[in-house]
Amino acid sequence: MAPAVFAAETLNKIEEIMARYPTRRAAILPVLYLAQEEFGCVDDRALMAASKVLGVSKADVYGVATYYSMFETKPFGRNVIHLCDNLACSLLGAESLQDHLERKLEIQMGQTTTDGRFTLKNAECLGACAQAPVMLVNDDFYEGLTDAKIDEILAKYE
Amino acid sequence: MEKILLNRVHLKNSRSIDVYLAHDGYKGLKKALGMTPQQVVDEVKLSNLRGRGGAGFPAAMKWGFAAADPKQPKYLLCNADEGEPGTCKDRQIMEGDPHELIEGMVIAGYAFGAEHSYIYLRAEYPKVVSILETAIAEAEARGYLGANILGSDFSFSIRVHRGAGAYICGEETALIESLEGKRGQSRIKPPFPVNVGVFGLPTVVNNVETLANVPHILLKGGAWFAGIGSPKCPGTRIISLAGHVNKPGYYELPMGITFREVIYEYGGGIRGGRKLKAFIPGGASASCLVPEHLDVQMDYDAVAAAGSMLGSSAMTVMDDTTCMVKVAARLMRFFVHESCGKCTPCREGTEWLLKLLDRIEGGEGKLGDIDMLRELCGLISGKTFCPLGEGALGPVQGTVKYFEDEYRAHIEQKCCPLKERHVRQ
Repeated sequence: MAPAVFAAETLNKIEEIMARYPTRRAAILPVLYLAQEEFGCVDDRALMAASKVLGVSKADVYGVATYYSMFETKPFGRNVIHLCDNLACSLLGAESLQDHLERKLEIQMGQTTTDGRFTLKNAECLGACAQAPVMLVNDDFYEGLTDAKIDEILAKYE
Repeated sequence: MEKILLNRVHLKNSRSIDVYLAHDGYKGLKKALGMTPQQVVDEVKLSNLRGRGGAGFPAAMKWGFAAADPKQPKYLLCNADEGEPGTCKDRQIMEGDPHELIEGMVIAGYAFGAEHSYIYLRAEYPKVVSILETAIAEAEARGYLGANILGSDFSFSIRVHRGAGAYICGEETALIESLEGKRGQSRIKPPFPVNVGVFGLPTVVNNVETLANVPHILLKGGAWFAGIGSPKCPGTRIISLAGHVNKPGYYELPMGITFREVIYEYGGGIRGGRKLKAFIPGGASASCLVPEHLDVQMDYDAVAAAGSMLGSSAMTVMDDTTCMVKVAARLMRFFVHESCGKCTPCREGTEWLLKLLDRIEGGEGKLGDIDMLRELCGLISGKTFCPLGEGALGPVQGTVKYFEDEYRAHIEQKCCPLKERHVRQ
């Protein structure tokens, strides 16, 4: 198992980020984003590494990490789909899109495909209600979704 | 009516500083730096600019409170945690005209004496991070941001801070906690952030749309702004229009326009020629309104008088196939997920409300459930730390008030009476 420390390059980036704030602790969210990227999820090693650079107890870092929905404590897929199913999307068919995604990927909401290619999550409003229904795949945003459009989009991700 | 905030977003390369400068960009800042900070506050006071985050608090008053506090340094926080379901207005500004926001922030910082600022951006807008950072770097390179702005002795920095997916962080004290690196849970007020804010220092939290108005006010004058739209609440509003309308979208319209104009003129009416059943006028926390309210004017006071709130001016329109119990349940699921858990009435109350709503929607409701919904709302209202708990009541109170018969029908028929007409796609 890899040691619970950040790579030297990440540490440099972290120091740069920390200079933006008057306290080290204020950098906790950006550090957790980096930790998630480096360790694959915010697992025990990631928490240890973050705790060390932040000077904040591991328990405290865990408390913060588990409060926010962007951080995962367990490994997830190479691509993360956030399907919005809040009201505006729901009025325009988000539920049936969820059915389609679940059937197509052979997983339930919240799960990861066995090949690790996709994790399916729901999102509480992606702030694009006028283009509903919408989803985010990693950092890419897709609007006006239909079953066919979803099929096309998924094909782009390995 | 001429647009103010979105008057540049249609231009080619609208994000670039060159395009911004060619279209009145940073002229408001130049003018502000030739005035005293107090004069800038006074100009904005004259404009009667009210906060666009939802509460409608006068912006200049907030700045005045922070300016009066002797503690240093002071902070400006731009609330870009646009999480209220239905809302996508701030995104239009940040993606289309980021310098408008930056200029507004620099002027605000000058007005109340802040040196540092952060844009707290919601996590769900990952691409906006680099758009803002590019614009910040451009502004720094041209001397509109950083040390000794335009040769003055005023220095100001802006950093982008990406949130991590918690709706509550749009509440200003939760935003502050989150920025300090903690769980984003609301603080009790007082003390108010203008005195004890981020890192214990005087802090002004302003919404993106509020700040984006500031350069225009400086450039054209407070009196000009005060004459636009509704006298008590002047200016324009970026309305996010979603749901069952023919033309959903973002519309910058003067305050005081009626819902009828928004839905039927701009939104092109209800899809498929169906009938309007209800609309939410200001984000998920706002109680729904019904066709009899179509002629209500969109300003904070008029919408409050109609029993709802203008909030973030996010309108969600629903046609006559919509099950209102389902709408309430869907929105309550959101509030249950987003309740921070700090105070009992919100944490437990929203769970109870959701259980009742799901039960009714699923055809297993009991006749006393409607009264219990009302009773629970009474037990939560006014008893929570922050407005999230209060906001969670909006969807229940509106639907119970206007659609009690529909609730009753669910209970009596033991299923959704609209099921056959339900549109799923």
